[in-house]
Amino acid sequence: MTMQSESRDPLLSVRDLRTWFHTFSGVVKAVNDVSFDLAQGEIMGLVGESGGGKSVVGFSILGLIDPPGRIEGGQILLDGEDLAKAPEDRLRKIRGREIAMIFQDPMTSLNPVHTIGRQMDEMLRLHTDMDEAARRRRCIEMLESVGISQAEDRLRAYPHQFSGGMRQRVVIAIAMLAHPRLIIADEPTTALDVTIQSQILKLMKRQVADHGASMILVTHDLAVVSEVVDKITVLYCGQVVERGDVRDVISAPSHPYTRGLIDSIPNPDHRQPRLSQIPGTVPDIRNLPKGCNFRDRCPRAQALCAQEEPKLAPTRQSLFAACHFPIGTGGDA
Amino acid sequence: MMQAFLASQFFFNWRRNLSAIIGSVIIAIFIVIVAFGPLMVAQDPYDLTQLNLLDSYKPPVWLPGGDPRYLLGTDGQGRDVLASIIYGTRVSALIGIAAMLCSCLIGTSLGLLAGFYGGRLDAIIMRIADLQLSFPSMLIALFLMSAVGTGVDKVLIALTAVGWVVYARTVRGSTLGEIEKEYVQAARVAGLTNAKIIRRHVLPNVLTPLIVIATVQVGTFILIEASLSFLGVGVPITQPSLGLLIKNGFDVLFSGLWWTSVFPGLMIMAMVFGINLFGDFLRDELNPRLK
Amino acid sequence: MTAMLDVEGLEQRFHLNPGLLDRLSFEGGRPRLKDLVVHAVNGVSFSIAKGEVLALVGESGCGKSTVAKTIARIYDPSSGRIRIEGEDITEYDHARLLPVRAKMQMIFQDPFASLNPRQKVRDIVAEPLLQQVGDGARADVADKTEALLARVGLNVEHGGRYPHQFSGGQRQRIGIARALSVNPGLIIADEPVSALDVSIQAQILNLMMDLRDEFGLAYLFISHDLSVVHHIADRIGVMYLGFMVETAPRDQLFVKPRHPYTRALLSAAPSIRPSRMTEEIELTGEVPSALSLPTGCCFRTRCPFAWDRCAVERPVLQDIGDGQSAACHLIDEPERDNP
Repeated sequence: MTMQSESRDPLLSVRDLRTWFHTFSGVVKAVNDVSFDLAQGEIMGLVGESGGGKSVVGFSILGLIDPPGRIEGGQILLDGEDLAKAPEDRLRKIRGREIAMIFQDPMTSLNPVHTIGRQMDEMLRLHTDMDEAARRRRCIEMLESVGISQAEDRLRAYPHQFSGGMRQRVVIAIAMLAHPRLIIADEPTTALDVTIQSQILKLMKRQVADHGASMILVTHDLAVVSEVVDKITVLYCGQVVERGDVRDVISAPSHPYTRGLIDSIPNPDHRQPRLSQIPGTVPDIRNLPKGCNFRDRCPRAQALCAQEEPKLAPTRQSLFAACHFPIGTGGDA
Repeated sequence: MMQAFLASQFFFNWRRNLSAIIGSVIIAIFIVIVAFGPLMVAQDPYDLTQLNLLDSYKPPVWLPGGDPRYLLGTDGQGRDVLASIIYGTRVSALIGIAAMLCSCLIGTSLGLLAGFYGGRLDAIIMRIADLQLSFPSMLIALFLMSAVGTGVDKVLIALTAVGWVVYARTVRGSTLGEIEKEYVQAARVAGLTNAKIIRRHVLPNVLTPLIVIATVQVGTFILIEASLSFLGVGVPITQPSLGLLIKNGFDVLFSGLWWTSVFPGLMIMAMVFGINLFGDFLRDELNPRLK
Repeated sequence: MTAMLDVEGLEQRFHLNPGLLDRLSFEGGRPRLKDLVVHAVNGVSFSIAKGEVLALVGESGCGKSTVAKTIARIYDPSSGRIRIEGEDITEYDHARLLPVRAKMQMIFQDPFASLNPRQKVRDIVAEPLLQQVGDGARADVADKTEALLARVGLNVEHGGRYPHQFSGGQRQRIGIARALSVNPGLIIADEPVSALDVSIQAQILNLMMDLRDEFGLAYLFISHDLSVVHHIADRIGVMYLGFMVETAPRDQLFVKPRHPYTRALLSAAPSIRPSRMTEEIELTGEVPSALSLPTGCCFRTRCPFAWDRCAVERPVLQDIGDGQSAACHLIDEPERDNP
């Protein structure tokens, strides 16, 4: 691939992805026509509340959707190769090598009965052809680069001998070992305390930059996202409602849902007696209303919203929103 | 109610599980036999006036010399094997169920106390349970029966002594999990007494896993009772269970008169098989980890 | 005026009882059984006036939840005093605590675990009140329950349903109705919104603030989230490793934090509004084990300012004016405040 085409084509391009779960009580359209692009070296935040489908997008990219879930349609193009149609053994090669993952609970990705060293070594054995001494050097190097001291001794330790924050560092080290081009991090700091969280976020950002990789940060926490990512994609009920550069989304979103999410966060600089809240609850995803999924909770909803489903369209600056009446494009403030 | 059940996920999964259906059908047949068995056969095998010694050792009806009145043949006293089996099934099944209920009651109570209060009470109850588990249950039952004598009530005591442990251990474990949960703490803050907390909050939430244990245990108990009766320390000769029928026929088994013991044996097998098939289905259905 | 809640020198130690082999150690060649003790709360004092909101913040394991649950007498305190409207309840048994329970109720963190899955919503809400009035007054309790459900934003038919039929936010409303049923003056809220989505979190916080204005409630509000705490609290206490390291009125704490740990917490908290004044104190390392507390200051192992005095002498909370107190030697030696 030439330099030219690399700069033109995104590293990852998700097109009309649909991942549905066929459960006893109906079809859960967890991801429904989601599209986005991710360029080389970019960090994207995938934001939404529980039930928004953000984790399912991550799992779909990794090819880790188990029955009753299924990728029903769409494309997941990694460098032009469609992962949605790739066979399982090809996906297995890609996972870890090309795409690495970091989960909320580090214990799920670390094997409790093996030492850290063995798990790191296995990763390199699978995905590189380094000899044993080189692999060992690389493991020690990697542990040091994620801020774990006495790396040589720590290779012999088991996961339970680390604290939560340290475990997440180990997971990051393992994820980075094979120089992946894409990292999918699913709520990587949700289980951690704030002081540890800020350490881990800084570490992730630096590691991604050092390796020239791209990252998708899946999270419910807008504050976390705003400190780390370049652009944001907001999901609601399995669909993209807004996307754009992080500055535009945070400072002046055009979709009422994004606006509501941001305003729900208490602002220490302008304390108000009441928080602005999004009324109601997320609708049952097995039984979505006609038209816009958000209209029952939306302060701007009009008759049109009940009839026609809004399509994602550019609103202003870098923003795209799926809304008939986006904020800041008409005559309102 | 019925409608809700037919629409439930439980029923949905049941319909798609062949072994669950087979197990349920077998269990249903046995429930009918236990409930209405005496109405289905002409002879009461324990009414001596209905027995005719001239009809002794008739083979099953499809063998030469078979008598259409005795579908599965007769035993040495001219007793209809089919009638004996049906009466014996009632004894076996009722002992199995009654012993299960006693074990469940005692084991659950002890498990709740041990788990909720902990400390010395817990240590004592659980050490007794451990001790008990270190002997084969058959051996304990055998030992108890030879100490207290035979009889249906004695069999119940022996089976309960063997069976309570599994409930106590399970309930204690779930109780330890439940009392850590916030709703139990909320009940404390609400001002409930310990007795009310146990009854209203802990007990209803530790029962689900017991359904599986109880189902499978009925099968186990039927087998243990059959073994005890076969060894001659179980039920009395006046209330023969399936196990005792096998023993009675066993003496003449090798003289070619196989039907007196083989049919009761098949009956036990079918009953326990059905119970276990259904138990396996329940285990999968009620296990939250597989959901 | 007597304080709604007054806590003095509260300590809570839990004895771990692992297997014998885990406790066995050898000292000078002779076997010894050590007693493993978790020092969860180490001498915490504070008081809450009627209608006041005090928030306790800190990271996991700092003992803030244990303080809450010890005051609610889910745990018995190891030492110290707990007074509700001047009445010392520290030694009360179950029967004498019952009338106190009408003054003090609790809201829990986990909307899924804090409601009994096998109880109907109306029975859940009625439970605390029924203990107070006895089963004879069931009809009155039923009316009150309906009114409560309506007040927290649910309706009458919700009362006949089971908890699993509700979303997290609705469950938390049920928990709030349960706590309100006895008309308490104090509600202890243990991380009531941390398990909720941000839009739902705002709904619940608004509800709690409305209820406070309506019923004159005082809250002991436990949280790890500084932005939530800033929104709801009148006064804030910062805890670390079972110690109260700083306490101050809300604005004071956010504008002029004195303890290095408070300053680090404030600078680490992620924010979508990066305009905030940001002093960068980045902490290294992790919280020490509550099984063996550090000598001297509890925070010195991670403190960028720590010097030899901190290892020898344990700092106590001292008043630094404007209602603010901090437990730090930097207050005596401010010249060392440059890492």
